[in-house]
Amino acid sequence: MDCYFGVDVGSVSSNFVLLDRSFKVIQKVYLRTRGNPVAAIKEGYRAIKNDIARPGLKIKAVGTTGSGRYLASVLLGADVVKNEITAHAVAASFLYPGVNTIIEIGGQDSKIIILKDGIVNDFAMNTVCAAGTGSFLDQQASRLNIPIEEFGGRAMNSRQAVRIAGRCGVFAESDMIHKQQMGYPLEDIVMGLCEALVRNYLNNVGKGKRIEEPVVFQGGVAANIGLRTAFEKILHMNINVPEYYDVMGAIGSAILAREHIEQQKRSTVFRGEEFILNGEFKSQSFECQGCPNMCEIVCIKRNDEILAYWGDRCKKWEASLNKKKDEAV
Amino acid sequence: MQGLKLEVIPPPPISRRTLELGVRYSPEFACMPLKINIGNFIEALEKGADTIVMAGGWGPCRFGLYAPVERDILNDLGYDCEMVILEAPDSKLAEILKQLKSLGENVSIPEAYRAIRFAWKKLIAVEELERKLEYFLPRVNDKRTAEEIYEKGLADIDRAGNKMEIEYIVASCRGKWRELPQHNGEILKIGLLGEIYTVLEPGANYNISRYLGHLNAEVTRSIYASEWINDHLCGGFIKKSLHKEIIKSARPYVNYWVGGHGRETIGHAVDFARKNYDGVIQIGPLTCMPEIVAQAILPRVSENEGIPSMTLWFDEHAGTAGIYTRLEAFCDMLQRRKQGNSPSLHPA
Repeated sequence: MDCYFGVDVGSVSSNFVLLDRSFKVIQKVYLRTRGNPVAAIKEGYRAIKNDIARPGLKIKAVGTTGSGRYLASVLLGADVVKNEITAHAVAASFLYPGVNTIIEIGGQDSKIIILKDGIVNDFAMNTVCAAGTGSFLDQQASRLNIPIEEFGGRAMNSRQAVRIAGRCGVFAESDMIHKQQMGYPLEDIVMGLCEALVRNYLNNVGKGKRIEEPVVFQGGVAANIGLRTAFEKILHMNINVPEYYDVMGAIGSAILAREHIEQQKRSTVFRGEEFILNGEFKSQSFECQGCPNMCEIVCIKRNDEILAYWGDRCKKWEASLNKKKDEAV
Repeated sequence: MQGLKLEVIPPPPISRRTLELGVRYSPEFACMPLKINIGNFIEALEKGADTIVMAGGWGPCRFGLYAPVERDILNDLGYDCEMVILEAPDSKLAEILKQLKSLGENVSIPEAYRAIRFAWKKLIAVEELERKLEYFLPRVNDKRTAEEIYEKGLADIDRAGNKMEIEYIVASCRGKWRELPQHNGEILKIGLLGEIYTVLEPGANYNISRYLGHLNAEVTRSIYASEWINDHLCGGFIKKSLHKEIIKSARPYVNYWVGGHGRETIGHAVDFARKNYDGVIQIGPLTCMPEIVAQAILPRVSENEGIPSMTLWFDEHAGTAGIYTRLEAFCDMLQRRKQGNSPSLHPA
């Protein structure tokens, strides 16, 4: 059976999915990136490889997305390397064909995507502030000593949410501490935080956008039922959370990868298990002395072979590698 | 200025060090252009400059105050330098000449006039190259070579000593670009609008028009340096400008002057929409008031005129990944809109 491999390497989590020909999820893996994307990619591949090794299963296309998409593409050999917005939109509009609004909140960034007739019509991402994203919730959960998995459930026990300032993460935190010291119940504070984050999202990310139903809520934070309820309450809309809400980016990139190889009539450039698991990948960085920009160049090596350069504004290092490849061919 | 018998020390190109110096010595709340200015000036002073020429201005944008603030900062740092502030005259070219002449010693008015004309010629030639690169970069296969032709051209113009030489350089660059093989993929047309400094200075906008060129998008800027000098320092004296048209296009979205280039940003967005561009990108330094006003109005323009828009703010962060992700997503969106709603998302 043909299958399609999608990888989303984000700041906080790295996700891997294997889709069959009808884009059903055969297997999914959700890992924490822990600041080491190379290790996460290897680990993710290892976790999914037993499924790949099943008789008759063959990877026909590979797609990568997320902020680590270029790195993932170098390690795996990807047919498509796409930004998260396109990937998320593709996955959501596949599962919910008439979707008009996608709310996506991940570890470090949040986005809103507005679709019209299945095509992205407008989008926005959070700019300078990461308030309201997964890492901020993580931090608050651990400060309140609540496991993140239970955070949303605790909020649901609230009878009267406390008003928390949502304009900025630092303000929200000091407001929360203040309310705690006043003796408000924890549940009400947690729900208050959820509502504050929703207001923050709508005012910053959703600013000036027309939110219309159907609405899909995805990304790791969609696990938080407190936030989902807060969105429903504030928007007065029904919020859909897909079954695989946490790996939608990876699903989208697998779909895009298949679309690409079928349109181009090419076979995959997937590098295979031996390349990924048995090589030692190293990254080095150095300051280029070519001009006053002094770009920090990153060089990715497998054993002693240079696989990629990036970080150069003028692209001369990147280009040097392509020239070598051309000569080799 | 060399024609004014002055030795000119241009600051080195904007680098990480420029920004670091600027950030260290500027008020935290000031916008990025001021910080880059300060960095530029310090680097020029280190190379031996003793006089700084800075443009002035007036109105709700903070820029008008920058020259005196910068002078005070530099004096506080112990740099012994003079600052000449060029103020926009009330539409008299002679005023500008006088201001510039006050810099030169022993230069007659006709000499000063000739020197300025030659500098103008160079500026126009540089912009000609910029526009040509904006045209060819998205179309050619080998983007790197196209950029090298441009960089070489710039260096040659800088060295050129007369009008003939300049014309020859521009023509030869154009010839070299024409010879590069081109692909026949879809070319997106994107209008770049916003705060003038960020639009004009690639060092302040992470060179996004190049990046867009690599994504096969042809970028047209809302403003080129020569136009700004013409409209704002010389009161539209040198050539007929489109400025009035743009102001007209801003109606009914912005009927008043909102400071800086807020009204122009909206006017250009409308103008690009009517010229059937695929999208517009507004850029500005974080906290820029006129552009914040424009940003609030831009979604209405997008909807009524049917042109997608996106706003990017720039500040001191060095990471480019976030910016490039947004640009790539924006181009993807435009590309898919152009192809019509036929994403081949059919499961087998």
